[in-house]
Amino acid sequence: MGKKLLLEHENVPGIDTYEVYRSKGGYCAAEKALRKMSPDQIVEEVKVSGLRGRGGAGFPTGMKWSFLAKPEGKPRYLVVNADESEPGTFKDRYLMEKIPHILVEGILISSFALGANTSYIYIRGEYKWLVDVMEKAIAEAKNAGWLGKNILGTGYHLEIYVHYGAGAYICGEETALLESLEGKRGNPRIKPPFPAVAGLYGCPTVVNNVESIAAVVPIINMGGAEYAKIGIGKSTGTKLISACGHINKPGVYEIEMNISVEEFINSDEYCGGIRKGHRLKALVPGGSSVPILPYELIYKTAKGETRMMTYESLADGGFATGSMLGSGGFIVYDETACIVRNTWSFARFYHHESCGQCSPCREGTGWMEKVLHRIEHGHGRMHDIDLLVDVAKKIEGNTICPLGDAAAWPVASAIRHFREEFEYHVKYPEKVKNSIYAHEKDYKAVMV
Amino acid sequence: MKVTIDGHTIDVEPGTTILNAARMIGGEIVPPAMCYYSKLKDSGGKCRTCLVEVTKGSEKDPRPMPKLVASCRTTVMDGMEVKNITSERVLEARKGVVEFLLINHPLDCPICDQAGECHLQDLAYEHGTAKTRYEEERRTFDQIDIGDKIKLHMTRCIMCFRCVFTADQITDKRVHGVLYRGDAAEIGTYIEKAIDNDFSGNMIDVCPVGALTDKTFRFKSRVWFVKPMNASRDCDKCCGKAVVWMYGNEIYRVTARKDKYDEVVDFICNTCRFDKKQVSDWNIEGPAEINRHSVISANKYKKGIKVTAPKVLGYGNNVD
Ligand SMILES: Cc1cc2nc3c(=O)[nH]c(=O)nc-3n(C[C@H](O)[C@H](O)[C@H](O)COP(=O)(O)O)c2cc1C
Ligand code: SF4
Ligand code: FES
Repeated sequence: MGKKLLLEHENVPGIDTYEVYRSKGGYCAAEKALRKMSPDQIVEEVKVSGLRGRGGAGFPTGMKWSFLAKPEGKPRYLVVNADESEPGTFKDRYLMEKIPHILVEGILISSFALGANTSYIYIRGEYKWLVDVMEKAIAEAKNAGWLGKNILGTGYHLEIYVHYGAGAYICGEETALLESLEGKRGNPRIKPPFPAVAGLYGCPTVVNNVESIAAVVPIINMGGAEYAKIGIGKSTGTKLISACGHINKPGVYEIEMNISVEEFINSDEYCGGIRKGHRLKALVPGGSSVPILPYELIYKTAKGETRMMTYESLADGGFATGSMLGSGGFIVYDETACIVRNTWSFARFYHHESCGQCSPCREGTGWMEKVLHRIEHGHGRMHDIDLLVDVAKKIEGNTICPLGDAAAWPVASAIRHFREEFEYHVKYPEKVKNSIYAHEKDYKAVMV
Repeated sequence: MKVTIDGHTIDVEPGTTILNAARMIGGEIVPPAMCYYSKLKDSGGKCRTCLVEVTKGSEKDPRPMPKLVASCRTTVMDGMEVKNITSERVLEARKGVVEFLLINHPLDCPICDQAGECHLQDLAYEHGTAKTRYEEERRTFDQIDIGDKIKLHMTRCIMCFRCVFTADQITDKRVHGVLYRGDAAEIGTYIEKAIDNDFSGNMIDVCPVGALTDKTFRFKSRVWFVKPMNASRDCDKCCGKAVVWMYGNEIYRVTARKDKYDEVVDFICNTCRFDKKQVSDWNIEGPAEINRHSVISANKYKKGIKVTAPKVLGYGNNVD
């Protein structure tokens, strides 16, 4: 059994209430941090822990905190990114729903460390019920003296506000999120300046993912050095993985970052294997934005090493033969899945979610979707495949925010690893027309 | 601060953007800019035509920047080295951007009022390819009247946001913005509300394409048949310095004066723009110099031709 730091008490009845959470050792970290530690010590502890941002990019959290500008006379803000809209990702939702107080406690410690007296939780619009869950937890914490004025008699005060989005994936991008929080259209900002210098209302701001902030609680409890002992290399601690697709046990799992992908997929503790009578075909390990991996690159890297559930190992081989841990949205495909259809489905998502500010993303996402739609529906031509590769290449790296890359990578990687399947769609339009699985029997390439 | 662009070195003030440094050097190394507008705060960064490669970050930190950067929004560092037209990567990316801007553009230049003074036309001519790879249906929108003087034809819009910044910054009541998202995004005034403001007409001048046009001029003439003349009048709302576009001795339209990057020098009011169409309203100074190379500058006027007002009245169809 892997160690659980965030979900240890997930099955304790009433753990969503303050009393039960407190009785299980909740708010001890906050007490320790506020009474015994200085803000700088907390930042240092988080640095030592090696915690990397759980929102997708994996940027070291302690380092991000130390970049926060501290000009005189300007407030600082902590903003928690709970926009979680990446297809395949549903871990933050699970955590907030089950144990909302761990997030409140994490915010308290983090805000204290950053010197923020106001913090926001920006919740995805479709998670509206979580607004009530979080507001209830905040009210309970306030009642118990953990929020408001002069917390624990330290003179520190903090208010947490919950704000919800209106249904736009792009509002998960940190600067679009800040725009939206300010009541404006959620367009990503052009950087620099970065939020650490000019974020919410032009003030220094830290934006962190829900899980990153929650992880601060065990880090303070056990100490950064202890936390850093879990995992491999620069992938320290535990990570929440939301697993879905053709597996026996879809769900949210907390893993120590030292298990192999093979174990994660096949162990009964986690995914419980591929559904009966079927074979593994492909994997998207970190949410729809990351490159897809074909069967032969899932359990082993191109170098023949065991593929581990870590930032480094999943990225091993770069874009040619690797992928990314991303947000931990783990999507498993068996041989019945049509990669063309899946790629079209992702492309449709990015087309729909592009904010429309910059030309490569606004135009390119729509273009890719239309071409993929044609191929999937039996109207493709051979040259469409190279066209897609080229369009993806022209978007990648040339946009304002990473949504452009996120739209390009799945297309480019699907063609890189499953080109034959695309060609099959073009060659045998009758067999694939209006049918998702019609080609299954004929199509044999790639699969082992 | 020293910055080198395509081998040309120049000393600039701190805070200068790469694009503006390039403009100071001048010539063909100036990146094209479809959304940046020096007169409009916060503009730029969106169209991505001005992308350049920074091969050396600065004297202090010589590392190259991994991604191409928008030159209009990236400030120079001392010792920075930049490649524009000498970078294959840049030219390739730019070709991509031009293609992206064109795939949903109607390419109906023969019936578009902007033809001849359209930046997208120039850009495509200089950086694009002659053939399109786009075989899908193009996006279209219905035309909208923004009040009785301005026509909005979203189908042609490239989302540079210049008109939005204009509405935001030089007009006092904002009713003009962006609705919807992605490639369905459109410029709108919400419920087609007229923009009731003395300076709203300037959004026509800042629009690089034919998305916002002057209804008092639409379809009257191709721009290359009318002659731009600098003209001024005493105006209590604006500077009164404008360009009147004449056909014979009739004024067909009035626009603001523009610099060589086709940016408005001084914004003018709607009275000058829409209501003063009599020669007697204006003191006509002489031919306007059109610096940028375009169809209009190919027409008869060359700099240095001296014309006096009475003679101007005789201008028309065949001038050289
Ligand atoms: C299009 C887009 C969507 C994003 N959506 C989310 C999201 O839903 N949740 C999240 O935590 N980060 C999201 N991110 C990443 C954030 O911009 C930011 O990097 C992250 O919140 C930082 O937190 P971390 O350092 O704790 O990971 C998104 C980024 C992009 C470009
Ligand atoms: S990459 Fe897409 S989502 Fe990001 S700013 Fe550009 S248009 Fe908007
Ligand atoms: S001019 Fe720089 S991005 Fe448009």
